[in-house]
Parts: sequence; C-alpha cells; structure tokens
Amino acid sequence: MIAAGNPDVKTARRPREGGRRFPLHWIGALPFLIYVALFLLLPTAIVVVGAFAGKAGPSLSNITDLNQGFLLNAFFSSLLISTASAVVGAVAGALLAYAVATGNPRGVLRRVVSSACGVLAQFGGVTLAFAFIATIGSVGFIRLWLQERGIDIFANGVWLTELPGLVLVYTYFQIPLMVLVFLPALDGIRPQWREATESLGGGTWHYWRYVAGPLLAPAFLGATLLLFANAFSAYATAAALISQGNPIVPIAISNFLTSETGRNNPGLAQALALGMVVIVAIVMALYALLQRRTSRWLR
Amino acid sequence: MTTTVAAAGLGTAARAGVEVRLENLQRRYAGVTALDGLSLTMAPGELVALLGPSGCGKTTALRLVAGLEQADSGRVVVGGEDVTGQPTNKRDVGMVFQAYSLFPHLTAWQNVAFGLQMRKVDARQRRQRAGEMLELVGLSGFADRFAHQLSGGQQQRVALARALAIQPKVLLLDEPLSALDAKVRARLRDEIRRVQLEVGITTLFVTHDQEEALAIADRVGVMHSGRIEQLGPPTTIYSRPATPFVAEFVGLTNRLPGVVRGGEVDVRGTRLPLVQPDAADGPAIALVRPEAVTVASGGETAAGPLVGTVIATAFLGATSRVSIDLGDLTVLAQLPTSEATALPAGTRVRIAIRPDPVLISRDEAAPERA
Ligand SMILES: Nc1ncnc2c1ncn2[C@@H]1O[C@H](COP(=O)(O)OP(=O)(O)OP(=O)(O)O)[C@@H](O)[C@H]1O
Ligand SMILES: [Mg+2]
Repeated sequence: MIAAGNPDVKTARRPREGGRRFPLHWIGALPFLIYVALFLLLPTAIVVVGAFAGKAGPSLSNITDLNQGFLLNAFFSSLLISTASAVVGAVAGALLAYAVATGNPRGVLRRVVSSACGVLAQFGGVTLAFAFIATIGSVGFIRLWLQERGIDIFANGVWLTELPGLVLVYTYFQIPLMVLVFLPALDGIRPQWREATESLGGGTWHYWRYVAGPLLAPAFLGATLLLFANAFSAYATAAALISQGNPIVPIAISNFLTSETGRNNPGLAQALALGMVVIVAIVMALYALLQRRTSRWLR
Repeated sequence: MTTTVAAAGLGTAARAGVEVRLENLQRRYAGVTALDGLSLTMAPGELVALLGPSGCGKTTALRLVAGLEQADSGRVVVGGEDVTGQPTNKRDVGMVFQAYSLFPHLTAWQNVAFGLQMRKVDARQRRQRAGEMLELVGLSGFADRFAHQLSGGQQQRVALARALAIQPKVLLLDEPLSALDAKVRARLRDEIRRVQLEVGITTLFVTHDQEEALAIADRVGVMHSGRIEQLGPPTTIYSRPATPFVAEFVGLTNRLPGVVRGGEVDVRGTRLPLVQPDAADGPAIALVRPEAVTVASGGETAAGPLVGTVIATAFLGATSRVSIDLGDLTVLAQLPTSEATALPAGTRVRIAIRPDPVLISRDEAAPERA
C-alpha cells in the first residue's frame, strides 16, 4: 500500500535496469491517438475559436446571434427528437435485451439479435432513409397498399419527412444500439440475487423494486443518455430525409456552411456546433458517471 | 445412535432447531436422473454434510429443500410440516450460495437487514438486528462496506449473517467455501460451525471436499448417483466405509489386486479378512487404507512381493505419507513422521499390511474424485 502510493519508495526498492525505458506499448495506440488529435481535438478547438471570433478579433457576436427564433427552434427540435427517439429506443431495446438475456445463452434468439444489432446500430444515412421512403414514403409500396384499402397514413401531411418521421427512422438504429449497450448490464444480473431474495421472503415485486430495479437503473439511464447523444449528433439520415429548412441543428450547421444563397455564415455554424459540443459533453459525462457505477455492480 | 451424537453438540444451543425430513425425493432433468429416491432425516440442530462427486445431485437435493426446484415425487417435511409444494419465500430457509451473492448496491448491514425488510420489521429494529448478526459472524466493523469492499471470506460471512437474520428453520449451504483459498476456507469452515452451534439451527451443508465434510458435520451423507450411499458420523464414514465407493471417495485408498478365496482376500501373500464375507471367489481389488500399511527398513537384500523402494515422502505434520514402489505397483503408507524421516527416497523397505477387514472392489477403475 505505502509503496504503491509513493513512487520514491518503489524506485528505491527496485533499481532501474539500464536507464529509462521507452514505453513500447504506446506505439500501438499512436496511430489512433494521432487520429483523435487530428479529427476530434483539432476540429473542436477550431469550433471553439471560430465561435468566439468576430470580424476583428474575439467577439461574442456569433453566440448572441444564436438567439434567433429559427435557431432556437432547431435546438428545441433536436432536443425533442433526440429525447423521444432515445426514450422509445431505450424502452423497446431494453425489452428486447431482456428477452435475450433471459433466454438460452447459446440459443438462436441471442445469436440472431446480437449480430443483427451489431450491424443495425450502425445503419443510417441515405440507405436507411431510402428504406423508409421506399416502404412508407408518399409513393412507398406499403403506403400505397394501405391507401388502396382506404387507410391513408399521410392524411394529415407527409410526416415522414418531418420531425415525427425522424423519430421513427432514428428508432431503427436506437433500438439495436440499446440492446448492445444494455445487454451486458442484464447479463451481469446474477440468478442468485433472485434466489436470495426469495429465500429471504421476497417475491417478484420485491425483487424488481429492491434488487434488479436499483441495480439496472443507472445502466438504463446511462444507455438512454448515450442514445440521446447518438440521435442528437446524427446528420446523414436527417439530411437524406429532409431537404429543406433548418429543422434540426446539424442540418442548420450544414446550411450555414454550404448555402449557395448568400447566407453562408461559418461563424454562426461554429457557434451552433459549440452548442452541440457542450450538450453532448454534458450528456456523455453523465453517461460515464452512471457507467462507472454500473460496472462496479454488474461485473 | 447417530442422533445422540448430533444432540450432544446441542447442549448450549440458544434455540431448538426443527427436524427436517427428505423423503424419497426423485428429480429428473431431460434424461438425467439428478435424484434417485433420496431420503434423509436430520435431527433438530444437526449439521449434515452431503458429500459426493460432481453431478451426484447434491445441489439438486438442497434446492428441493429450499423450494427453488420442485421434486417429481417425494416429500420435504420441515418441523413436522409438509412444505413440498410451497414456494421458496414461504419456506423460511436461509441460504448461502457458492457464488458470491450479496446485493452489490447495498451495504453489509443493509444486506443482512434485507430479509427483515421483506418481513416489514421497522427500520430501527432492522438496524439493531443486523448489527447483532454481523457481530455474530465477527464483522461488526464492516457494517457500512459494500460487497466490492469486502474479501471473499468476508462476503460469505455477511451472506451467512443475512441468511440467519430471518431466523429460518433450516440453513442451507451450497459449497459456500469453494471460491475461497485454502487457508481462509479452513478458518471460515470452523467459523460456520461455531455460529451454527451457537444458533442451534438444523443445517444442510453441501460440499465435494471430503476434508471439509468430515471436519464440520455431525453426520456425513456420501452421495452417489442421486442417492445417499452411506450416512454416518465422520469417524464411521472414514474408518468403516460401507461400500467400495465410499472407501475410495473418502480418504486415500490403496487399490491392491488380489484373489478372494474362502471369505478372505490374498494380497501378495498376505491374507486379509473381508468386510463382505460372502463375496464370490475370484480376482478382486482390495481397498487398503495407508494407515494399515506398515514399513520396516532392512529390505536391502531381501526380495519378495512386499519389498520395494521409497520414492517420495509427503509430510503432513505429525504423520507422513510415504510412497513405495513395489515394481508393478505403488503403495501409500501413512507413518509417524519420526519413522518416515528414517526412510529417505531410495531406501529399500519391506512392507506389511495389517489384517483389518477390507472392502473389495471389482470395478476396473477408481471413481473419479471431485
Ligand atoms: N437445470 C438443470 N437442467 C438439466 N440438468 C440439470 C439441471 N440441474 C442439474 N442437472 C443435472 O443433474 C445432475 C445433478 O446435478 P447437481 O447440480 O445436483 O450436482 P452436484 O452434485 O451439485 O454437482 P457439483 O458438485 O458439480 O455442483 C447433473 O447431472 C446435472 O447435469
Ligand atoms: Mg452443486
């Protein structure tokens, strides 16, 4: 204990052989670290600097420009669809994960669901948008098939290309992601905990209320936050589905960067990006906190 | 007779235990017979160890008593009441599992108080009783620790306190020590026995470790293929095994080929009486305890079926176990260490076999040890 807490004692006891050794195990991580530095830390720094840059020197004008109705709306919509798709995905995904966890560990259900989720959680962008447009889009075959039978799913407008459509399409990758993230926590639940509860006089209700519930709550909340961040930062799927306006923040950013109608405004785009970075950072910090607690309980 | 042995240990019991009867329990799993008519009557306050190789049905027996599994047929009677159809949470059983099973989100005292909470005992009393139970298992100072802040042995002691806090009628322990290292295991074994005697609770202790079973139990039931092959006090099980299986599973046994003739078995020229005198004549394996083998040095020049060379010595403390190579066969002898030290490896010796009654086996192979 003492030796471990005090580097001097450690080195004194075990003399170095032949000077300082280069920590070789770092070399393997080097490409990844360079990658992270180039494409995560550097862009973040650029965003931060850009957000606070004015025409002449540092300025808060970009930040204050965020205070416009359509931009606040974009943030609100982003938060709304992220929350909605995270909650729907979390609940549905947790139920699916529970079915898998309580089933045969080498059974078909587990094998199929695990591998399918691994693929589908990454599914998104144009392909996913197209899949939905082709099936329930305004000329999608399911839509037409239903229409022939007198059911018009778009009676109140083509919601597929609006926010409700985004929630539906996002759910498609949120559920598999939930299964991937939540299944390990469910697998960490030991059957002895239920048996112990029963031998101590508790029933199913007591088990869920006092044991499984409290044990799984942090993992569930954490996974929901991860789903939120996942939806919040998704761009490609939304861009493929929605072709006009600034409905959510990532699309608004894109519009300010690439607009051909003279509304180019990289500074404002960076301020928007900064807002996203801050929100995602907070969410991920909470996620990490909850995850740490879970990993201690459900090993 | 065995009941009096058990009752003797109960002199200072704080509370009388109840009788527990397992009657002709049968349990099959898809093609596997886990229990094949197991019967066992445990006297109030008695600690019975179920000992047997892996897969013989020990855990199944215990889970039937707990109500975690249902028997295909047979009955479980606790304190005169037939509990066979009752669910676990109505049975009043305390359980300690092999795998660590403390609730990880609760502290030690909250774990111990959990069963009281299920019984709606008020918070102040829960805290107090949990404190008493932790004191009983010697962990008063650890009440506020979580499972991950406790060693394996401490976790199992908290689990014991948790099981006992609800004052169950029966205590069930399924290999509670097997995840621990040898030293902790021996200490905690004695600790469990002390607590069990103090509380006076009828206890079923499942293990595949014969040393553990012999050390802790009032009576040991040696299980084989879903039934109890022999039930008796540890000394009887060890020194008078009733069947070849028990003889070979409990303690070390030399398997010496011989020939049965007229109620005796001839092993390399030594005639030994048989435990089963009606055994048919013909070749057989005599099961001879290392304690029944004596060794004399001075075999340098002699020859014969009982002359050989010492190849290894294992010191066990006051006694030592010496391996002697007889050419076609290695024999173990258990000797006082003072004698064994005079026989370094390489010494030529002559052995003798004490003519105690022996069991014979006609199986090809020894049963597998757990
Ligand atoms: N849930 C189950 N499904 C199928 N077979 C089972 C089940 N539980 C036990 N068995 C089988 O029943 C037999 C007895 O099992 P049991 O767990 O009682 O053995 P055990 O004596 O406790 O063994 P161990 O020392 O390995 O714990 C074994 O052959 C086992 O494979
Ligand atoms: Mg078992």
